[in-house]
Amino acid sequence: MMSLIEIRKSLLVSVWFMFLTFPILVIRVNTVESTIQWRWGNMLAVGAGSFLLSFVWRHLIRRKEQGMRRQREGAGLRMSIFQRIGEDRRVYLPALAVAAVAVGVFPFLVSMYQINIMTTAFMYIMLGLGLNIVVGVAGLLDLGYVAFYAVGAYAYALLNHHFGLSFWICLPIGAALGAVFGILLGFPVLRLRGDYLAIVTLGFGEIIRLILENWNEFSFGPSGIANIPRPGFFGVEFSLLAHTRYIYFLVVALAIFTIFMVNRLQNSRIGRAWLALREDEIACQAMGVDKVRTKLTAFALGATWAGLAGVIFAGKTTFINPASFTLWESINILCIVVLGGMGSIVGVVLGALVLVLLPEYLRAFAEYRILTFGCVLVLMMVFRPGGIVSNVRRTYQFEGPDSGDK
Amino acid sequence: MKRLALRISILTLAAVFAVFGTAAADTIKLGVGGAHSGDLASYGLPTVKAAELVVKDINARGGILGKQVELVVEDDVCKPEVATNTATKLVDQGVRVVVGHICSGATKAALSIYKKADVIAISPSATNPELTQSGEYPNFFRTIASDDAQARLEVDFALDVLKLKKIAVLHDKGDYGKGLAEFAKGFLEADPRAEVVLYEGITPGAVDYSAVVQKIKRTGAEAVIFGGYHPEASKIVTQMRKKRMDTIFISDDGVKDDTFIKVAGEYAEGVYATGPKDVSQNPLAIAANKAHQEAYGADPGAFFLNAYAAAQAALNAIEKAGGTDNYAGLIKSLQNDPVDTPLGQIRFDERGDAIGVGFSVYQVKNGVYVEVQ
Amino acid sequence: MDLHYFAELFLGGLTRGSIYALIALGYTMVYGIIELINFAHGEIYMIGAFTGLIVATVFTFAGFPTLAVLVIASVAAVVYSSCYGLTMEKIAYKPLRGAPRLSALISAIGMSLFLQNYVLLAQTSDFLPFPSLVPDLAFWEPYAHIISSQEIVIIGVTALVMVLLNLLIKFTRMGKAMRATSQDREMAMLAGVDVNRVISLTFVIGSATAALGAVLIASHIGQINFYIGFIAGIKAFVAAVLGGIGSVPGAVVGALVLGWTESFFTGYISSDYEDVFAFIFLVVILILKPSGILGRSQAQKV
Repeated sequence: MMSLIEIRKSLLVSVWFMFLTFPILVIRVNTVESTIQWRWGNMLAVGAGSFLLSFVWRHLIRRKEQGMRRQREGAGLRMSIFQRIGEDRRVYLPALAVAAVAVGVFPFLVSMYQINIMTTAFMYIMLGLGLNIVVGVAGLLDLGYVAFYAVGAYAYALLNHHFGLSFWICLPIGAALGAVFGILLGFPVLRLRGDYLAIVTLGFGEIIRLILENWNEFSFGPSGIANIPRPGFFGVEFSLLAHTRYIYFLVVALAIFTIFMVNRLQNSRIGRAWLALREDEIACQAMGVDKVRTKLTAFALGATWAGLAGVIFAGKTTFINPASFTLWESINILCIVVLGGMGSIVGVVLGALVLVLLPEYLRAFAEYRILTFGCVLVLMMVFRPGGIVSNVRRTYQFEGPDSGDK
Repeated sequence: MKRLALRISILTLAAVFAVFGTAAADTIKLGVGGAHSGDLASYGLPTVKAAELVVKDINARGGILGKQVELVVEDDVCKPEVATNTATKLVDQGVRVVVGHICSGATKAALSIYKKADVIAISPSATNPELTQSGEYPNFFRTIASDDAQARLEVDFALDVLKLKKIAVLHDKGDYGKGLAEFAKGFLEADPRAEVVLYEGITPGAVDYSAVVQKIKRTGAEAVIFGGYHPEASKIVTQMRKKRMDTIFISDDGVKDDTFIKVAGEYAEGVYATGPKDVSQNPLAIAANKAHQEAYGADPGAFFLNAYAAAQAALNAIEKAGGTDNYAGLIKSLQNDPVDTPLGQIRFDERGDAIGVGFSVYQVKNGVYVEVQ
Repeated sequence: MDLHYFAELFLGGLTRGSIYALIALGYTMVYGIIELINFAHGEIYMIGAFTGLIVATVFTFAGFPTLAVLVIASVAAVVYSSCYGLTMEKIAYKPLRGAPRLSALISAIGMSLFLQNYVLLAQTSDFLPFPSLVPDLAFWEPYAHIISSQEIVIIGVTALVMVLLNLLIKFTRMGKAMRATSQDREMAMLAGVDVNRVISLTFVIGSATAALGAVLIASHIGQINFYIGFIAGIKAFVAAVLGGIGSVPGAVVGALVLGWTESFFTGYISSDYEDVFAFIFLVVILILKPSGILGRSQAQKV
């Protein structure tokens, strides 16, 4: 119901935003020609827009709060659609089959561009899952993940340039180098926690990038390395379209491999140790978990996937330079993990799809693309703070024979 | 539960089919690729505007080959990985000639796609020498001089005209700036008349360059040759002048931009920069600048005229070759048919560099760049 | 040792550090209260600079004298940045209280992207010249080649702001409430502290210092664009962590140490690896003292 109070509230919001956006949206100065442009139309638009949006906003916030209250009162934990899929074999098997068919026929139905961005999305699934090990599972905030990605990419580019090593040889080398660098980063930061860890990893990422930028003799500096061969297939010569499809399937296969491995890892002994470490470091040590080893394996295994993805990146783009490995890239991957739902594999997969595909499809908005993207990030977090798939804590329950799905 | 499964399968399939493209109308497509968002947007957007103006002009006169020209603009944010996506998207949309890209790195990445798809790219701003000199990219052309040509000119000017002996070479660690500085350093070291007293990369975007400026002062350099873009250049010049240093400042066409003079204000006085030959008297350039003023209410930005020329050259070649599908014809036409552009009459050599785009040295005098004779 | 050169680098580092400090203060205060890395803080700084420029230009055209313009522009920048900070907190962070901390971080990143592009679209992607609002003082001219009047003003304002903030936190009721909130939010609430107001106020103060910094720094550097917030923000963040995030004097000490590190490294070695060195230095400090130079090492709750 739109009561008078509601309208008054919205009016206040509208006035507030008109005031707030006044200098930046309304006035435009040209200091060279000494002219001032007043754009009062914008102010009207902001006023009207914020007036209407404030109703929607309040409504949504109220709904969210109600939902939270209901949850607190314990009126039935509503499982999200994704969790239900995960729980029920009857649902998830057909769903998986449909997804598999969709992924399989996709490159034969759509244009090259679509295949290409889908390939990118699958690459980011690998990256997201790798970072998920470090951030989501082990709870170590890593803002320099892109460094390992760069290590993989440069490993392939340089080994190919100097020694002519092929993509397939470089793939395991890239992964191994990623792991080595993961341990290299892991050692000094063993004692750090939380945001101190975040800033040191951020620094590590920047250090790698700056070295690549400055050390011309080693990395060819900012002008990068061009003409990196695309992954080959027993010397078969491909057309551009066929090659795009080939890389697509290659990346899909690797992504599935990643999903499989990460899934196994999470349920393994070391996976449990990571979870324990995330929940309580001290209790974890008290229970006899080797903290040093657990943390280092988390860094190393997380970095392995980035190294792998880096090699593919170099092969797919055929040109790399340090500009591809900026802090923004790390942040992007972190967004995938958090937006998807930390610690959840399905979540990370969905997060990667959303975060890679959304900006591409938002191209229709042209210059409003990133603006919209930022908005979506904020709104997603405000209304679904746990991510698309909130990770449910693993609980072990003993159920009687007649208690089933409600 | 069945219903849920069904719903999911329908959704997935719908998602797959939703991404199909639509059929295209019969127009001639001209692609524009470059940074249209992000921190380098100010170098990419003027190219879009230039292409828009050229196309508007051509379409008003009835288009070419009886068809209207349609612009297909795609953003690559100056990132190689995005540029490959941008390139495939342009190729998919039926584009065979592209004006762009802006940054050398992104251009190289995009060219690997274009080369396989027989697409021609004409860049207004990618200056990396390898692009034309390596012979790897027969489908690449540019309306701007390469870094080494510019560096040569800067060094010659510093040694022959200004007779300098101690020179500091700085760069912004970027693709463009560092490439240029490396050449400048190489040329200087090969010449016995002068010595490089300082060679350093500065951190772009830093809040303050006083340490580097003090260092320049201590080395006693008579001049600074800077490779990079105008934001850093104006910060360094401003700080040097504020420290009451009168060191000569020589830079490249990333600095030969009116924004530099606007931003550095009085401190810009006396700065040298190389750039495309003076075209302020060229009627086409005057017309292009005026059209921009009328259409967008502001002065054109970086590489505007280069992009204008690139778009004109592209459309001219399409017309001469009788369409966009004649790849060999397009290349032949670009190399043989001169076009009147705001940069003068140009065509391209077999490597893809523009013939007729001269470079000269400019100096800021009373707030404008004046060609040094 | 060339003492003159050393002094110059020292002063250069001091200026640079003061610049970082003005931005880092906001970071550290917000972090101290709600443990959020406010990624959009750099954007608040950028908005302060833009507001300052716009207001300054309008009033310069209206014929006001430079000093009046400086005051008006600073006040406008401070007011608007504070309002933006406040609104941002209400929209993007308040609904996320109690949510996982990383979610708030992502929300902050989204906000940062939004604000950057908002200014890009509403204003321009070009660099804009920022007028030199702090005049060159005539009597200082003989020393201007060592340190300019603008730099002195920046250093002075930083010192003043730091002292005032310290007094505010140590001696006022509000400061007490802030300290209480940062120690234990729920307990503070029980003791009758209006936590929401404290948090809002923290955002206001943090944004205000950033805006003040923005006007001074922009007037020192002479140019702004929509992207300046990001790099400045990262550096300020590093400074805040270096000093011990959550501590006001820590932010200033961290910023100065960072400024000097960069200045001396550039001066005596090379600016090629300036940032590399700054980060390595950070890692070393944090390894030796994991909670920063002045950070309290928190007793871990078990």
